[in-house]
Amino acid sequence: MRYHTPSSFEDASAIAAAATGVTRFLAGGTDVLVQLRSDLVTPDDLIDIKHIAGVKDIARHSDGSWRIGAAVSGAELAEHEALIAEWPGVVEALELIGSTQIQARCTLVGNLCNGSPAADSVPAMIAAGATASVVGPEGTRELPVEDVPTGPGMTSLGPGEVVSAVNLPPRGECGGDAYLRFIPRTEMDIAVVGAGVSLSREGDTIIAARVALGAVAPTVVLVEEAGAALVGSTLDDTALAALAGAAEAACRPISDKRGTVEFRTQVAGVLARRAAKIAYDRAGA
Amino acid sequence: MAFDEETNGFKVVGTRPDRPDGIDKVTGRARFGADVTAPGMLHAVIIRSPHAHARIVKINSSKAEAAPGVKAVVTRADFAEGLEGENWNILENLMAGEYALYDGHAVAAIAATSSLAARDAARLVEVEYEMLPHVTDVDDAMQEGAPVIRAGAADGSVPAGMHPNVVRCHDSGHGDPEEGFAEADLVIEERFTTEATHQGYIEPHACLGTLGPDGRGELWCCTQGHWNVQKVCAALLDIETSKLRVTASEIGGGFGGKTAVFIEPVALALSRKANRPVKLVMPRADVFRATGPTASTSMDVKIGMKKDGTITGASGVFRCQGGAFPGAPMEFTAMCGFAPYALKHVRQIGYDVMTNRPKQAAYRAPGSPMAAFAVESVIDELCNRLGLDPIDVRLKNASREGTKANFGPSWDRIGLVETLEAAKEHPHFSAPLAEGAGRGISCGFWFNHAGETAVQLALSEDGTVQLSVGTPDIGGSRASMCMMAAEELGIPYEDVRTTVADTATLGYNEISHGSRVTYASGLATIEAARDTVKKLCKRAADKWGIDAEAVEWREGCAIPSGPNAGDFDPMPIKEIAGRMGQTGGPIVGHFEATPEGAGVSFATHIVDAEVDRETGATTVTRYTVVQDAGKAIHPSYVEGQYQGGAAQGIGWALNEEYIYDEDGRLQNAGFLDYRIPVASDLPMIDTVIVEVPNPGHPYGVRGVGETSICPPLAAIANAVSNAAGVRMQDLPMRPSRILEALKARS
Ligand SMILES: Cc1cc2nc3c(=O)[nH]c(=O)nc-3n(C[C@H](O)[C@H](O)[C@H](O)COP(=O)(O)OP(=O)(O)OC[C@H]3O[C@@H](n4cnc5c(N)ncnc54)[C@H](O)[C@@H]3O)c2cc1C
Repeated sequence: MRYHTPSSFEDASAIAAAATGVTRFLAGGTDVLVQLRSDLVTPDDLIDIKHIAGVKDIARHSDGSWRIGAAVSGAELAEHEALIAEWPGVVEALELIGSTQIQARCTLVGNLCNGSPAADSVPAMIAAGATASVVGPEGTRELPVEDVPTGPGMTSLGPGEVVSAVNLPPRGECGGDAYLRFIPRTEMDIAVVGAGVSLSREGDTIIAARVALGAVAPTVVLVEEAGAALVGSTLDDTALAALAGAAEAACRPISDKRGTVEFRTQVAGVLARRAAKIAYDRAGA
Repeated sequence: MAFDEETNGFKVVGTRPDRPDGIDKVTGRARFGADVTAPGMLHAVIIRSPHAHARIVKINSSKAEAAPGVKAVVTRADFAEGLEGENWNILENLMAGEYALYDGHAVAAIAATSSLAARDAARLVEVEYEMLPHVTDVDDAMQEGAPVIRAGAADGSVPAGMHPNVVRCHDSGHGDPEEGFAEADLVIEERFTTEATHQGYIEPHACLGTLGPDGRGELWCCTQGHWNVQKVCAALLDIETSKLRVTASEIGGGFGGKTAVFIEPVALALSRKANRPVKLVMPRADVFRATGPTASTSMDVKIGMKKDGTITGASGVFRCQGGAFPGAPMEFTAMCGFAPYALKHVRQIGYDVMTNRPKQAAYRAPGSPMAAFAVESVIDELCNRLGLDPIDVRLKNASREGTKANFGPSWDRIGLVETLEAAKEHPHFSAPLAEGAGRGISCGFWFNHAGETAVQLALSEDGTVQLSVGTPDIGGSRASMCMMAAEELGIPYEDVRTTVADTATLGYNEISHGSRVTYASGLATIEAARDTVKKLCKRAADKWGIDAEAVEWREGCAIPSGPNAGDFDPMPIKEIAGRMGQTGGPIVGHFEATPEGAGVSFATHIVDAEVDRETGATTVTRYTVVQDAGKAIHPSYVEGQYQGGAAQGIGWALNEEYIYDEDGRLQNAGFLDYRIPVASDLPMIDTVIVEVPNPGHPYGVRGVGETSICPPLAAIANAVSNAAGVRMQDLPMRPSRILEALKARS
């Protein structure tokens, strides 16, 4: 195994593009190292991105948008009060990951690029309308987060492509987001269902909404019908029922040791409703 | 009662000093199974069957043997032949013979110069399997046509016509349950199931073994009983018992799971072949796949009750699945369920059923928690339907001193009624319930055990004491031993150091199981201290020139008494110790016996739970354990046992389970998907220590480690059922099951 510590994303991309065997980028390593130790994935080239300048930066641009470096950990995000004030749902989603030890390492980018349909921060990022900045052999591009995962453990990133940051749009006035997951325990578990909701209000009326679900399909899914069910409503019972219906209809889960199809589908509707209520209250606060 | 008074005037017993092993454990100085090394040490890896049931056609290890760093490969051929009975079972389990009997069954092992080299070489061992049909469910395994795990494994207790997978049967009771049911106003009969659960100890099994060509060896291992390890290793390797010295490491949890032998003979066989020390540490996945979980069960329980709450008759059939070997604790399951009740008509039948799963091992009160789940659920349902108070009904029918037990003998002095009364008086029982919450009550019973025990108490020249016991400390027992020795000798707790001695130092000590340690090693410690006191008094008497009988021992001093009272100044232990070399030599007290008098123990638990009706998630909001300890030597560690039993019970009731796929492979061999409760899943667990002294112990001690896990499954199931408004009959009550039950009802 070769271990690389490039000092720029361009170098990181070049090393990956030239590699012929199994290649992994190393952000926090909380997926990569676990997979290595349990003999699931033994990389030939391990490319550590943590030596690149700026990977730990959290920046708010003048238009109110955010750029979160690829190596920012859950613990760092959770201490950023200005970000929490604007995007509490994204922060709480990453914060749900693992334990205190894992929090010191785990990243949004690693959670996204690991490609798990149950990744906790991904529905929150998709609901928020986040994008990923990608550096590759052909240059750079910006990709909506929902376009990154393509199946369990798979992404749309091409050979040599590396994510340098996650970007959040300007929150704007009267916006709120929330993420909820269902696990049988209270901690240290993988989402059986996850639901992220982000919305904006004008007075009591919802004027924009995005809903994303985790662990109910081969990838985290953006459920446009569910968002649409909220727009124009005051989150009354009818809207909530329509939201739950749209969420359930979008579910294509499997039955496995973590949950059955029926269970995941029903709970997806429940969590979408509950997350929407929290986001709505936050937007009004 | 005189005995009760006698067990009250203690100085040390009943206080709460810090445990002597605490600092070592929190600073990392404690040495656990995997914490030792030896010069030239090799690292071992065990190769395991990926199939639930297969014939092993051929094992070719030539490529692995040629791999870099590999020093030895062993298979079944490297162990003793011609074993019988349980020794054969243990060997067959830790190294497969002709058949791989479950997913994870060991088929070969490798020792190499590094663990990486051993892991790489393990992939080169070629095993050819011929797949056979398998069965993992207890009810399926009893059906006609189910694959036979091992023909001829059944003993004479099994009635004719049963499937060959049913290998043992228990049948006991008295009266005629049918007659009892006829007298009842309401009879309820239901089926209950529980899944296999793992003991979930944090420390995986680990050992370091050396066995030379001369047949002499040393073994360091984490175990609940090193004399047993010594005996089993000797048999499986065909060496003499006394040639192998076994030392027990500090232990990171056992709960019964470390009473069995899984890896030590393998390490020794590799060492014998390589002529080097061999270290073997089980990966967590192997712990789940190949060490004992408890039995899974399927149970039918029928109880009749009168409108006034009198139980008129009870019967139960308890089927326990114990993996690919005989030994599921079905007789305990059968005997424990109805034990809390004085019954005129009762019958209980148990079946030990083999399947393609790992050999079950003891887990805290083996078999009893499941039985309580079935029996106490039916009693709860009867109370609900007849509109009766769950504690009053239990009090009305409670077993008392002199009652004929459901499985035969008459009860000695027992404390069930006292636990029920204490539960009834506890503020928890009368606290108002939140909207949508439910409350559950359950009693539970465990026998407790005594067993072969030997201890030695040696005086140091400065008057401090070295106590050697042979029972690995799995629950703070060293603190209790120090306390009992200090109490008898009249010296400070800090002046006693208790060590778990190796097999060369003491006579045979049975395993730390059956909640026996504070009872049996405690009794032996008290007797050894009394033996020491006699010797101390004799030295003082010699010095004073009076009869030894005329010397009393009080507060750490020899004191002349009777006609000689006041003739001499008290002689402190330090003074006698300082001169013992000149007055007759070392002073050592000892005691060896198999005591008989481990008092049984009962408990009553109260649980409140809330159920999220939209997701099926359960929250245990309040939990109170009331249990008879006989006499609590160190109340904090008794409370710890109570809380630990409740915590493990919460996991078992709500989320823990062995999940098998169609192919018979274990799906959740890790703590991610085998869900033991995390701290935030638990409420503060309140405890009440009831003390009804055990006449079989000088201070009245009863074992407390196991009874605490008997009531939780039932108490939690009753709370959840009452909260959800639907009777939960299958464990674990995972959220999907609760949602399904709610849906089925509406
Ligand atoms: C104990 C424990 C508990 C956990 N609990 C949870 C949980 O509750 N919820 C949850 O969702 N996850 C959980 N995880 C999984 C993991 O912690 C998260 O997925 C985490 O966000 C991964 O981030 P990381 O930085 O550690 O990723 P890494 O392990 O460094 O990388 C993960 C993947 O992303 C790729 N990658 C990393 N950086 C880049 C980059 N810049 N560009 C392109 N690809 C990249 C890697 O090649 C790898 O495939 C848990 C893990 C552990 C060990």
